[in-house]
Amino acid sequence: MLEQQLINALSLGSVYALFALGFTLIFGVLGVINLSHGAIFMLGSYSALLLVDKLAMPLWLALLAAMLVAGTIGLVVDYLILKPLRARNAPHLIPMIATIGVAIMLTNLAQGLFGAENKRFPFGTIPEQSFNIGHLHLTELQIAIVGISVLLMLVLLVVMRRTQLGRALRAIAESPKAAYLLGINVEGLFYLTSFAAAALGGAAGVLVGLSFNAISPFMGQPMLHKGIAVIILGGMGDIRGAMIGGLFLGFAEVLTVAYISSDFRDAVAFGLLFLILLVKPSGMFGKVLERKA
Amino acid sequence: MLKFNQISKNFGGLQVLSDVNFSVPQGGIFGLIGPNGAGKTTVFNLATGLLRASGGSIDFNGQDLGSIPPHRITELGIARTFQNIRIFKEMTLLENVVVGMHDHLDYGFSGLLFNLPSFRRIEAAARERALELLSWVKLDHKAAMLADSLSYGEQRRLEFARALATKPKLLLLDEPVAGMNPAEKTELMVEIMNIKQRGFSVFLIEHDMRFVMGLCDRVAVLNFGRIIAEGPPDEIKNNPEVIEAYLGKEEDE
Amino acid sequence: MLEWWEGFWATYSAVVYGIGVNAMLALSIYVTLSCGLLSLANAAFMGIGAYAAAMISMNSGLPFPLALAAGAVLPALVALIIGIPTLRLSGVYLAMATLGFGEVVRVIVLNMEITGGPMGLNGIPLKTEFWHIALLLAATLYLLARVRRSKIGRAFEAIKADEVAARLMGVNVPAYKLFAFVLGAAIAGVAGGLNAHYTFTIGPNNYAFENAVDILTMAVFGGVSNLIGPTIGATILTLLPEVLRQFKEFRLALNGLILIVVVLYLPNGIWDPRRIHAFWQRRKAGKDQ
Repeated sequence: MLEQQLINALSLGSVYALFALGFTLIFGVLGVINLSHGAIFMLGSYSALLLVDKLAMPLWLALLAAMLVAGTIGLVVDYLILKPLRARNAPHLIPMIATIGVAIMLTNLAQGLFGAENKRFPFGTIPEQSFNIGHLHLTELQIAIVGISVLLMLVLLVVMRRTQLGRALRAIAESPKAAYLLGINVEGLFYLTSFAAAALGGAAGVLVGLSFNAISPFMGQPMLHKGIAVIILGGMGDIRGAMIGGLFLGFAEVLTVAYISSDFRDAVAFGLLFLILLVKPSGMFGKVLERKA
Repeated sequence: MLKFNQISKNFGGLQVLSDVNFSVPQGGIFGLIGPNGAGKTTVFNLATGLLRASGGSIDFNGQDLGSIPPHRITELGIARTFQNIRIFKEMTLLENVVVGMHDHLDYGFSGLLFNLPSFRRIEAAARERALELLSWVKLDHKAAMLADSLSYGEQRRLEFARALATKPKLLLLDEPVAGMNPAEKTELMVEIMNIKQRGFSVFLIEHDMRFVMGLCDRVAVLNFGRIIAEGPPDEIKNNPEVIEAYLGKEEDE
Repeated sequence: MLEWWEGFWATYSAVVYGIGVNAMLALSIYVTLSCGLLSLANAAFMGIGAYAAAMISMNSGLPFPLALAAGAVLPALVALIIGIPTLRLSGVYLAMATLGFGEVVRVIVLNMEITGGPMGLNGIPLKTEFWHIALLLAATLYLLARVRRSKIGRAFEAIKADEVAARLMGVNVPAYKLFAFVLGAAIAGVAGGLNAHYTFTIGPNNYAFENAVDILTMAVFGGVSNLIGPTIGATILTLLPEVLRQFKEFRLALNGLILIVVVLYLPNGIWDPRRIHAFWQRRKAGKDQ
């Protein structure tokens, strides 16, 4: 029984990790807590739904297209809203408040456009196959989710650790001013990061949408809260932290629901958040609380 | 007055200060000099309680500063200015200085709630005193202006006045003349001498040799986290170790 | 004439009450913002106050003022307890922690029997009258104005400007932050208590993240340089949905848009004394030519 829960936890945790990755990327590189990440996640989900429903796109293509759409939205938000605030050197909380505004707008617009009720993927589009290994029950979907999440995370890790681009991003994360003086195209990389982070968020949205087969304008909100818990747990701006934190949360939630009560599922994330903030606010891997200019 | 006893400070693996011993006497002007990165600002941060020493102890007038929080250390009589000026930009000059008097405004909650005479009297006295302190640094004519509108040199002087407002016994000045032109430096030098006459003790960090040698009664030299010399300016000037410590660096003064 | 007034009042009394309550809420977040703290917990504190006051009114014979007092004291106590550890955190972390706290409260209330679970409390006696709200709002404004003019207000401003420098000027920063947090919680709690007693029914979803954001929007929109800003912000944003009734569906989107526009173009909100002053200076200069 426990092993089965672990499978479920792995699947859930990978998506949490994927979502948190985008979130933590934006914080690490741009220095902004982008509270519209949840709304972008939700729009990624709707994009895939629409593409599959209206254009009969195959699922894998819809995923890629949804990532593209989400990434573009993220880029636009950065260009229109975060960029002017960067130019003004606004204190940290200001961009965060602006992204709250974006989140509300996008959520409300989605509600107006698509309706508030849960939508499902068209019959037959979600892979139904499942396998039984020993007494473990695995669905093709779960495998795909874990596989895709892990793939995207690996790509991100490789880029960050082993490429020139990754080095540049890490330099910016340390100090944008210093990076600029080193000749790095800081502004351009900000755009790229916003795009990539949003794309990851969109991917997470598609995977969650498939996983629960329920897409609503409000699905971004609880996800955002969990994302916050994960990045604080793992250390803000730390990629390893987001991944491990996401998995940790997945496990904590699944085990809580299985062994305590499903009522408290949503409270798990915040319980952990509180605990970590009291004990080690910088999170599991975070080192720097204050970012240099 | 302020005694550093075998103070050491490390950040993780980085040893910033080791076996630092010196004593700032009462009623004089004491200078701390040393090449960049020697650990001078760390000394100030330790004295004001912003950092805790890794080893050793700091005494102020016989009292161990141990784990006393910064605002209480200020109450005990140590005030400081900052290397990279930390004035309250969106407040007026007058308000900036009045904040310094925070601890000495003895009215209770009911006083401020009901606008009692005691409240009004204390507030008015505070403003007057603030104006007086501003006049010491020749900024009283700008009292109602926003601190943000001041020039760099003026902001330094404002910080100085604000530190004085806390009724300190010992004033810690962190590079008080950095970025000032020669005329401003001379003015501040005169002002610090006046402060000494008024009974304050001064402990300052500076790079400007002429300033330090001309002003201080005693000087200590910090290099790589260790005190390599301490004594009157003339001795220090001719100390071979000190000269060597500075020879490696390009000092523009 | 009297008939018209009675008709008007029957329809719009809730709106007028709403202005008063929202003004208090906006002021409650103003208190913490004036100290440099972004607290997204005030909706939760409002909820705690509302539930406390309502449960007292419904389950005991205690008079209304006592219920309201409980509505102030209970959130204040909670704020005191969670404030001590969480206020050590800076800016963004604090905002996240308060957001988290708000959610935890909501989930707890959602699942408790005595608070009526997801259905909330129904049948709260209608005790709030216009003069209650007017009086308490006036008292709040007076209290905050006096605090502003005193060393407490200056300490807040100093902490907001530069916490470290404030500490070194002798300001007991942790104590003052806690005071601002607790005061904000108490004000929000009273507003909640007042609100509960004219809305007849309350539920956990009245005090969720969206509501915390609403409160923040009102304060930021109005401007947080002084007390007038949040009051005006609350008034306009309470009236706006009435004016824009046909756009009811997109009211939230409009809220979001307002937040964005204000942050981008009116960083100090609508009521920004400095901008207004500069505007008049320029007009005068223009006229003198």
